[in-house]
Amino acid sequence: MTTAESTLEEIARQDYKYGFVTDIESETIPMGLSEDIVRLISSKKSEPEWLLEWRLKAYRHWLTLTEPQWPNVTYPKIDYQALYYYSAPKAKKVLNSLDEVDPELLATFEKLGISLAEQQRLTGVAVDAVFDSVSVTTTFKGKLAELGIVFCSFSEAVHEHPELVRQYLGSVVPYSDNYYATLNSAVFSDGSFCYIPKGVRCPMELSTYFRINAANTGQFERTLLIADEGGYVSYLEGCTAPMRDENQLHAAVVELVALKGSTIKYSTVQNWYPGDKDGKGGIYNFVTKRGKAMENAKITWTQVETGSAITWKYPSCILQGDNAVGEFYSVALTNHRQQADTGTKMIHIGKNTRSTIVSKGISAGHGQNTYRGLVRINAGADGARNYSQCDSMLLGDRCGAHTFPYIDVRNPTAQVEHEASTSKIGEDQIFYCKQRGISAEDAVNMIVNGFCKEVFRELPMEFAVEAQKLLGVSLEGSVG
Amino acid sequence: MALLEIENLHAEVGGKEILRGINLIVNPGEVHAIMGPNGSGKSTLAGVLAGREAYSITEGAVRFKGKDLLDLEPEERAGEGVFLAFQYPVELPGVNNQYFLRSALNSVRKYRGQEPLDGVEFLKLVREKLNILHIDRELMTRPVNHGFSGGEKKRNEIFQMAVLEPQLAILDETDSGLDIDALRVVADGVNALRSPERGFVVITHYQRLLDYIVPDFVHVLSQGRIVQSGGKELALELEAKGYGWLETDAAKPELVTA
Repeated sequence: MTTAESTLEEIARQDYKYGFVTDIESETIPMGLSEDIVRLISSKKSEPEWLLEWRLKAYRHWLTLTEPQWPNVTYPKIDYQALYYYSAPKAKKVLNSLDEVDPELLATFEKLGISLAEQQRLTGVAVDAVFDSVSVTTTFKGKLAELGIVFCSFSEAVHEHPELVRQYLGSVVPYSDNYYATLNSAVFSDGSFCYIPKGVRCPMELSTYFRINAANTGQFERTLLIADEGGYVSYLEGCTAPMRDENQLHAAVVELVALKGSTIKYSTVQNWYPGDKDGKGGIYNFVTKRGKAMENAKITWTQVETGSAITWKYPSCILQGDNAVGEFYSVALTNHRQQADTGTKMIHIGKNTRSTIVSKGISAGHGQNTYRGLVRINAGADGARNYSQCDSMLLGDRCGAHTFPYIDVRNPTAQVEHEASTSKIGEDQIFYCKQRGISAEDAVNMIVNGFCKEVFRELPMEFAVEAQKLLGVSLEGSVG
Repeated sequence: MALLEIENLHAEVGGKEILRGINLIVNPGEVHAIMGPNGSGKSTLAGVLAGREAYSITEGAVRFKGKDLLDLEPEERAGEGVFLAFQYPVELPGVNNQYFLRSALNSVRKYRGQEPLDGVEFLKLVREKLNILHIDRELMTRPVNHGFSGGEKKRNEIFQMAVLEPQLAILDETDSGLDIDALRVVADGVNALRSPERGFVVITHYQRLLDYIVPDFVHVLSQGRIVQSGGKELALELEAKGYGWLETDAAKPELVTA
């Protein structure tokens, strides 16, 4: 075997570095899913009647659906009755400050390098920390409140801003949307809620760290972001998860509502446990993310996906208003036995709507990476434009890259461009770097990071650094 | 001590013997030109010295500053001070030239137990070298060799060499594909780097380059052996007579000189 190949082997063999479990008492409800469970979840959260009704409608609809088979992924059948649908860290009393947060929990955040106190003090990033299913603490609320910005847990929003939640919940991803989104609508536990008032520019990056912790607990976050007319918000979502043997189901829903002239940037760094090198364990990540952009509004999705055993995720934009802009920048890395089927949908409805798709897929080990994207130009979308670029990089000869671009154009004035490339890190590239004194491992990192540069550029500064490190960690290995 | 000692070096690729007993000594400060027809083993020699995987060494030894060079990984050889200017510089799309070079320099410095250069110090060094070589700064902002013209690629090699300051620089047909102006730029760069501590092995097919980089010794490689060695006038003789007159003598062992 040549050095380049063995290097890639080493890299592919490297283990997940964030595997640890925090010992926190969790409150769980009985296993399985039924109307009673849905009611129990709703009552535990003291939800209003209309929300319970909405959950029940979703649950009943879910019973009529079957799990989608079209994704280019394989996994053992999920027994939805063998899962727990709610788990909350037991809080002894209502928390008023960080000091009251379970020290174990804080220690977990420390390990992840996202200490709330530090973040609050040093970086000016407001963090709504989701630990399992309940938001433990929300920071910076006071400061944001002065501007009329609401940033809180979803449950809190249900109680404090019911009119907003009721108006927008399900307005982008209806309860009947798809198998996983419908399941989420029935049993969603918590998540984040954000409202940016008219003309307000959110002065800081809003950030949520998700972390799956209780064994066998499906996570069903629900996030709703609304930017009112002329508003601006940049939202960061990032996560790591402890090492586990059981497969953990995660079916989140994120809805973005960008009203006239507003901008929403939604950035994700995802690093959930991908399973071991034989594909055992790992998170199943079936996520529905979608935004609706009204006139002159802009939605940007940026994602760096390095984790999960299975990823099924298509952050999309409905460009409803005239001149609306949708962007999707993605890096998806699959290593070991990871499988990702990810991409985006750009639905052009308004006139002169524009969309950009830049997707970078990296496959290593036995990883399978699929880009699946839809660009649809509706009949009324005069002057719509799309540019798509899908690049794949292969490390080694046992992985796969697949691209399924769907283009559906119903308006003759539309301009749609699609570019695709596949490359492999060559032995000659690695040798060139080594001749200059750079180790094979650093060479691979450098080349991969260079490949992803266009996407990293879209991430907020500190997130870009983190993402770069994460890719490094995901590809690291001892090189001889 | 000699900088580089090659002793009876035999190497093959895919079972085919390419180098069939090379002997060569390069002392600090010397410039050795290696000439020869296509297929004589010139690039193989360069590849073997730099540690390219494709070749297997079947016999012989190579010592660099007294150390067994063949025992070292390519990046360790770079750390020791061996630099290869590639005949076909490799493109690294998306990797910024400046970033690449700083990583290379700091890797080499680390190997030598030196502190890494910070951004400011590095930029200062880069600016200094750019001035010496008359290279446009814009080159630094582009991805490594990606979208470079042939001349730019070769100039970039020389520039990297200037920054990395190797003790032994091997130039593998750096003149190939260059017009006379580009050739002069490259040669000026090499001449600027000539020093009493540094040795050069200049591999070339044509005598032309040696008008600009004047060698101390010229060796003729044919069928995997050095069949003739001499001073710079040997290159002129080759220019006049071609390689044909050597072919017949190629196998004669008495012509193998160190």
